[in-house]
Amino acid sequence: MKRALFVLALISAPAAAQDAMDHSGHVMAGMDTAQETGSDSEEPCNAPPPPVPDDILADRYYDAARMKAARMHLAHMGHYTNAAILIDELEYRAVDGRDGYGWKAQAWYGNDHDRIAVTSEGEGAFSKAAEQVETSLLWRHAIDPWFNLEAGLRHDFRPDPERTYAVVGIQGLAPYWFELESQLFVSDQGDVHARLGASYDQRITQRLILEPEAEVNLAFQDVPELGVASGFERIELGARLRYEIMPGVGPYLGVHWERRLGGNADLARQEGESPSQVAAVLGLRAWF
Amino acid sequence: MEQGFSIDRRRLLAGTGALATSLAWSALCPAWARSGTAGLAAGPVLTGEEIALSIGEGRFTTGRRSARAVMVNGTLPAPLIRLKECRRVRLAVTNHLREQASIHWHGLLVPTQMDGVPGLSFPGIDPGETFTYEFPLIHSGTFWYHSHSGMQEGLGLYGPLIVDPAGQDPIACDREHVLVLSDWSPMAPEAQLRRLKIMGGYFNRQRQTLSGLLAGKDQSLGERLEWASMRMDPTDISDVTGMTYSFLVNGHGTPENWTGLFVPGERVRLRIINASAMTNFNFRIPGLPLKIVAADGNMVQPVETDELQIAIAETYDIIVEPAQDQAYGLIAEAIDRSGLVRATLAPRLEMVAPIPALRERPLLGMRDMGMDMSAMDMGTGGEIDLSKPANTSMDGHSMSMRDPSVAPGVTMGPGVATLSPMPVDRLAERPTGLESVDHRVLTYADLRSLEPNPDPRVPSRQIDVHLTANMERYMWSIDGETFSDGAQPIPLRLDERVRVNLINDTMMPHPIHLHGHFFELVCGEKGHRPRKHTVNVLPGGKVSFDLTADAEGDWAFHCHMMLHMHAGMMRVVTVRREGDAA
Repeated sequence: MKRALFVLALISAPAAAQDAMDHSGHVMAGMDTAQETGSDSEEPCNAPPPPVPDDILADRYYDAARMKAARMHLAHMGHYTNAAILIDELEYRAVDGRDGYGWKAQAWYGNDHDRIAVTSEGEGAFSKAAEQVETSLLWRHAIDPWFNLEAGLRHDFRPDPERTYAVVGIQGLAPYWFELESQLFVSDQGDVHARLGASYDQRITQRLILEPEAEVNLAFQDVPELGVASGFERIELGARLRYEIMPGVGPYLGVHWERRLGGNADLARQEGESPSQVAAVLGLRAWF
Repeated sequence: MEQGFSIDRRRLLAGTGALATSLAWSALCPAWARSGTAGLAAGPVLTGEEIALSIGEGRFTTGRRSARAVMVNGTLPAPLIRLKECRRVRLAVTNHLREQASIHWHGLLVPTQMDGVPGLSFPGIDPGETFTYEFPLIHSGTFWYHSHSGMQEGLGLYGPLIVDPAGQDPIACDREHVLVLSDWSPMAPEAQLRRLKIMGGYFNRQRQTLSGLLAGKDQSLGERLEWASMRMDPTDISDVTGMTYSFLVNGHGTPENWTGLFVPGERVRLRIINASAMTNFNFRIPGLPLKIVAADGNMVQPVETDELQIAIAETYDIIVEPAQDQAYGLIAEAIDRSGLVRATLAPRLEMVAPIPALRERPLLGMRDMGMDMSAMDMGTGGEIDLSKPANTSMDGHSMSMRDPSVAPGVTMGPGVATLSPMPVDRLAERPTGLESVDHRVLTYADLRSLEPNPDPRVPSRQIDVHLTANMERYMWSIDGETFSDGAQPIPLRLDERVRVNLINDTMMPHPIHLHGHFFELVCGEKGHRPRKHTVNVLPGGKVSFDLTADAEGDWAFHCHMMLHMHAGMMRVVTVRREGDAA
């Protein structure tokens, strides 16, 4: 009997919305059955739900326009837009003979699912023009609980000549709490590059955090005017020890190591530069 | 301890008449909440059939923290309202804020148009407007009231409400005190929410650290790696913590030491209300057993315990019989142990109860992930090998932490980080952090209704409600959908008996509140199950309750963690006469 009712409920459920009255009979049958049989079982029956009403009862008591306005307001419960500026790195780099600076920052606006982000990163020596100045405008879309799809444009003001790239990437939080970002770039000249980055916050105490970081840049072809050879372009490794005066905000000390690889190392040597560079860094991480 | 009580005088005076602009500390508290009170019988409270409440802005200070607050009649907590069953009451609420306001009568059975949820039960109270609530009092007990607009509740708009039985109160006592527990921060709730949306663990200053690992504290390296592989933090007990919160009893922090008086040998009734925005409390009185006599306003068969967890929005009535001529500490400790508040129960005002040390911060475990240990094939020494592939099937159960087949009704997306693979009924379990304390702890299963349950029918159907979240992005939802996603109401027929299964797919407890009804927790033998308006669903666990939908209308159904509700963890439950709805 119960099984039959269950099947009936399954069949009738989709139709219930159109035909509430008809099926209410079955509901009562279900309830009565359970009681009449005097079953000890507390297992609920399988009556179909009633239709969702299309009115609000309180509308009968109050001014319709005011109720409507309040309802619209209530309907936003859970909708949240936000904006923030995150300065991941803003640092002084002490390099043998040639001190410089570096930064990595972003600003974003959006909700839990979609955000517009402007990012910027770069580095240079105090003695001459900046070596690298990148900015990008990205749309970030949450594709699962942890990762976002990124798409947009990147423009490099440095090195010379300037370049604009189309960007697609994936960014987010991997198992074991690694922050990952992988991006593919296609320039307006058709050259293709990729970048993979990872970082991790190792909490030593509640406020003292060691953040190791790695970044690998790849080129899929030679780009002579940028001094880039096909293959591994550049590896960056860093470790920054931060003291948080507020969550996510604090000064840090660390090391930053950059190595140009393969053909790029040769190009560096031809230019009379060392393909490898180590810097002691002193900087600030902050967000607003 | 000079209190600035700066408000927009013109606005406030317009509504309330003379009100001093600078008041001393205790004048900021209503008389019943004042320290040194002899008890409820002694202090003036708002009673009768005509009551006027005035919502306005003020400034609140506790310890060294001070900021803007929203108050009623110039006090925080709001005045005690004491009413009588079988009478009618008219409550005229005037809004002196620059924004809309409202008051919801929490736990009180009132007609839907008097329930105080803007956009659902009424339009809200506009600035300068007076709205008069009017309803009959059809039951008695300890309740409370709070704003249901914006985040005013987190700024101080909450107060106690007692309905005395029409006849003699069956709970006999010599004296009674009301204890309104709350959390208060100088950081506005909007700012808290923004920080949490940017950094999910912003307020957690009790995480596991490398130095802790080296000192042998908390989880072992192996366990830490297992949890890290799932991107789960076992220290994520509370979202907003003592880092910014001061915890209060009747508006008094530990330094202000609220004191209630008693005469040794008296039978003292404590009406405890957790009016916090975001804090579940462990409550105890070292040296005194607590006899629970009512929960959520409904009498229960007296049961003695030493400590109870009082979730947000719950109320408990407790009888204590302090026999000694000594001060007893009323200790409400945040469940993440990031802070506590000590108030005092003493024979004389000058006596001060000691402040106990904070106990160790608890760690979440496998049960909090919704993994039923007992149903699992234990490895050697009862350890669970999480290094096995995530989808290893155990007795047909999926061990994946995000297998949609365990929750077909949930809309999967970025807002659902985990689904409890094997949620267990945890009503008989000690709540988070009290699993191993060496004294008695109340569980829901200890509660038995004094009165027989009114409706013996078997539910005609059951409704699964999944509590879902992504703590990292700070997204909170029901069945994977926020209220603003356009979630459909949950429709009930008038007088229909239904079972609701709340399944917690998150690692945080959620105090779930249904407006306009009491429900019976499905635990223990049928017939005398506890009747509640709010139930705390433990992490990874499930709770079933049976409900008779006897109140026609549209009722809010939500997590009472204020920021969770604002993040969208809410639904509407509609109750209609069969055939009434088109």
